[in-house]
Amino acid sequence: MTTATRTIEELANREYQYGFVTDVEAETVPKGLNEEVVRLISEKKREPEWLLEWRLKAYRTWLAMTEPTWQNVRYPAIDYQDIIYYSAPKKKPTLNSLDEVDPEIRATFEKLGIPLEEQKLFAGVAVDAVFDSVSVATTFRTKLAEMGIIFCSFSDAVQEHPDLVRKYLGTVVPYSDNFFATLNSAVFSDGSFAYIPKGVRCPMELSTYFRINARNTGQFERTLIIADEGAHVSYLEGCTAPMRDENQLHAAVVELVALDNATIKYSTIQNWYPGDKQGKGGIFNFVTKRGKAAGVNSKITWTQVETGSAITWKYPGCILLGDHSIGEFYSVATTNNWQQADTGTKMIHIGRNTKSTIVSKGISAGHGQNTYRGMVKIGKQAHGARNYSQCDSLLIGDQCGAHTFPYLEIKNTSARVEHEASTSKIDEDQIFYCRQRGLSTEDAVNLIVSGFCREVFRELPMEFAVEAQKLLSVSLEGSVG
Amino acid sequence: MTMLEIHNLHVRVGGKPILQGIDLCVNAGEVHAIMGPNGSGKSTLARALSGHPDYQVTEGEVSYEGRDLLAMDPEERARDGVFMAFQYPVEIPGVNNAYFLKAALNAIRTHRGQEELDAIEFMALMREKSTLLEIDPSMLTRSVNEGFSGGEKKRNEIFQMAVLEPKLAILDETDSGLDIDALKLVANGVNAMRSPERAIIVVTHYQRLLDYIVPDVVHVLSGGRIVKSGDRALALELEDKGYGWLEPEAAAAAPAAKA
Repeated sequence: MTTATRTIEELANREYQYGFVTDVEAETVPKGLNEEVVRLISEKKREPEWLLEWRLKAYRTWLAMTEPTWQNVRYPAIDYQDIIYYSAPKKKPTLNSLDEVDPEIRATFEKLGIPLEEQKLFAGVAVDAVFDSVSVATTFRTKLAEMGIIFCSFSDAVQEHPDLVRKYLGTVVPYSDNFFATLNSAVFSDGSFAYIPKGVRCPMELSTYFRINARNTGQFERTLIIADEGAHVSYLEGCTAPMRDENQLHAAVVELVALDNATIKYSTIQNWYPGDKQGKGGIFNFVTKRGKAAGVNSKITWTQVETGSAITWKYPGCILLGDHSIGEFYSVATTNNWQQADTGTKMIHIGRNTKSTIVSKGISAGHGQNTYRGMVKIGKQAHGARNYSQCDSLLIGDQCGAHTFPYLEIKNTSARVEHEASTSKIDEDQIFYCRQRGLSTEDAVNLIVSGFCREVFRELPMEFAVEAQKLLSVSLEGSVG
Repeated sequence: MTMLEIHNLHVRVGGKPILQGIDLCVNAGEVHAIMGPNGSGKSTLARALSGHPDYQVTEGEVSYEGRDLLAMDPEERARDGVFMAFQYPVEIPGVNNAYFLKAALNAIRTHRGQEELDAIEFMALMREKSTLLEIDPSMLTRSVNEGFSGGEKKRNEIFQMAVLEPKLAILDETDSGLDIDALKLVANGVNAMRSPERAIIVVTHYQRLLDYIVPDVVHVLSGGRIVKSGDRALALELEDKGYGWLEPEAAAAAPAAKA
């Protein structure tokens, strides 16, 4: 074994640094799922009747659904009766003052590098923090409200802006959409809500940090973002979880709506606990994210950096309804050790002259399995539609795998669709070249990988590009032998 | 002062013995040329000295500034001042050339106990060094070696050397694939680096480069051994006669090395 290999293996023994557990008293509902639990969640959140009905419709639909099996991932069967569907920190924080947030929870977010005090926040980012199932703090609310921007927890939105929620909830991802989204529709507990009014350009990044803390708990958050005509918003979500031996389920739904000339940029840095080196534990991440570019000239951009989770199953997509609307998907997905990812996008072209761009970078290391699955659908009416897809896979070591499943469905002859794909192995000569210039093997791998991902990183908001790069290097530690 | 002392160096590549007992002593301030026919082991020597993992040292010692060079990782050698200009510089897509060089320089500076250069200081240094080699500023913002012509790649190597200021520079066939103008530029760059504190080893197949980088000592490698050493005149003689006339000497050297 070379010295380089040894160094790398030592580094690999470093632990997932977000794996701690916070000791807070939580209010939970009993394990398992039935109509009572759905009613209980709705009641705890003092929801209006229509929302309870919506949840119940979802629940009844879900009962008749079966878990999908087409994805290229293997995992033990999930016992849906062995999950706690609602957990909230007992001390209900008042949103008027951040000082009233449970100090233990505040400490947790500080440990994660997310200070909740507004004055300490790095300039220009408003944060909503979701701990287990409940949003505990949203910063900069007042300042944003002055511009008519609503940024709050989903629960608050239901109380304070029920008309907006009712108008848009389920319009992009209907309650009957798929097994996991339907489950979410029945039991979702909280999430973030943002509404940017006509012609307003949101002056700061909006950001949500999700944290799973409690044991045996599923996290089912729901996010809804609406950009009204001519509005612009950039939104970022980050996620972490403690290290636990058992798997935990995360089934979220995100819906985006962009009206005429509106732009939504949605970035994700997903760092749920990936499981240990033997593949024990880790988050099962089954997520449905979809944006509707409803208006003319509207634009939706998904950027994701997926480094965590034992299983990742997500296909952030765009429905390009408005003429001249644009959908973009930039993705970096890493699988190390025993992680598995089946991820990609769906671009549904309906309007005329709609355009979509897909750039997917998959990195597999250890025994990781990385699948790109993407669909480009050009409808009959989508004259002049264009798509460009690029899928690159990078393999580190010889135990991992990369798979690509592109689906193209083209019903309009004027469409132009391009697909490029490449698979490469990280090159020993590149590593040696860097080392000969004085860089350690670890730095060399990071450099080569970040070069590979550059087209995606440059789409991230500045502050997060740095974070993403760091995260990537941590998640790939121990991957070169 | 002796900078590099190689004693009885044997190196295998993929199980095949290539170097079979190299003895070489290089002092600070000197330029040594290593010449020899194809397959004689010239590049193997360069790569073994820089610590390439595929080049397995089976016998012998190498002392660099009194330290055991062979016990050092490639990056340690680099940080301690050993630089190799690659025969085939490697492309690193997506990594900005200037960013790469700054990372390398700061790794070396940190090792030496110097402060890291910030972006502004670094750019000033880049400008200064790039003029010397007539490096087009756009080359600095492109990805490392990606889409560079053969000549650009070689010039980029010498440019990196100028920025990193090594103590021992090993040029592995830097002249191959260069036209005469590029050759002169590269030679100017190397000559500007000559100093009493620095040693340079020039590995080349042709004497042409040595018209521009005039060596103090010329060694001829054949069959994995140094079969003849001399001054610059030896290189001219080689050009005249080719490598063939050295074969008997190579044969004579073989048993001697085994003894």
